[in-house]
Amino acid sequence: MNEIAHSDFERMLRLALAPVDPPDDLKTRLELTLQELTDAAVDELESWELRAMRDPRNWVRPVMATAVGATAGTALVILRVRAHQKKRAAASRNPLDLAQRTMRAAASEARKLVRRG
Amino acid sequence: MATNGDRSPDSLRWVEPHHKARLDREFSELYRSHLRDVYSYAYYRVGNHHDAEDLTEQTFLQAYRHFDRAQAESHGRPLRPWLIRIAHNLAANLYRDRSRRPQTPIDDSTVLSAMHTTEDLVEGRDELARIIAGIKHLPEERREALIMRFALGMDNREIARALGKTDGATKVLLHRAIKQLEEIVTVP
Repeated sequence: MNEIAHSDFERMLRLALAPVDPPDDLKTRLELTLQELTDAAVDELESWELRAMRDPRNWVRPVMATAVGATAGTALVILRVRAHQKKRAAASRNPLDLAQRTMRAAASEARKLVRRG
Repeated sequence: MATNGDRSPDSLRWVEPHHKARLDREFSELYRSHLRDVYSYAYYRVGNHHDAEDLTEQTFLQAYRHFDRAQAESHGRPLRPWLIRIAHNLAANLYRDRSRRPQTPIDDSTVLSAMHTTEDLVEGRDELARIIAGIKHLPEERREALIMRFALGMDNREIARALGKTDGATKVLLHRAIKQLEEIVTVP
């Protein structure tokens, strides 16, 4: 092997260990198995969700999600009402007038959010 | 306002089918990209087509089960070393279960016939036969490193990840494997 230089040896090694193509029947079998697994997983997931929703203990999360949404909505109304508070203060005649204007603005913002939601 | 709730960790289960569909799509891509790699590794590792098919099938089934976690932990790195590591572990289990070495680690005639018929190949046929015979005599880890480098074209970093070694140790391993094989082939 002395006549074969190091780089030639690696080239021969690459040829000796040429990649081997998998047989077609293995490809078909594997793809079918994976497809079955995928379908089974989706079916299982869907049936699990249906089962989960029949159990009242699992209703907590959707209710919590709604509550979080409602809290976030309230926060948004407050932010929007506060954003225009200076203008209302300047325009109001007295504290009672300012309170009434603020209440009306809050109701208006809440109605806008409900319409968008 | 329901969209605010959808982003909370607790509500992730409600978008699970979409996540699952994406994972399946990505796994299909991984399978298509690396079926040949896994099969080549399996074939050179176990030495016959029958066991190589079983090993390849088991590798992808196991990979499918743990794909979600592997993807999350890969931080965007290629998943080929992870796949080859699964095949490596399964092959080790196969040998342990059978408590024997494969009777024909590498089927010389099949490997030679699978290669391209170029003039170089015809001229170097004797050398190739000697190399293939020599590979059988290498220690298991060195043989694996050579398979990963020359059959799969993996770089040092990928081989290191597949074998659970450092990059430096892998470089030394490959160097010694090639050197030992050269010595084996040179002996008259």
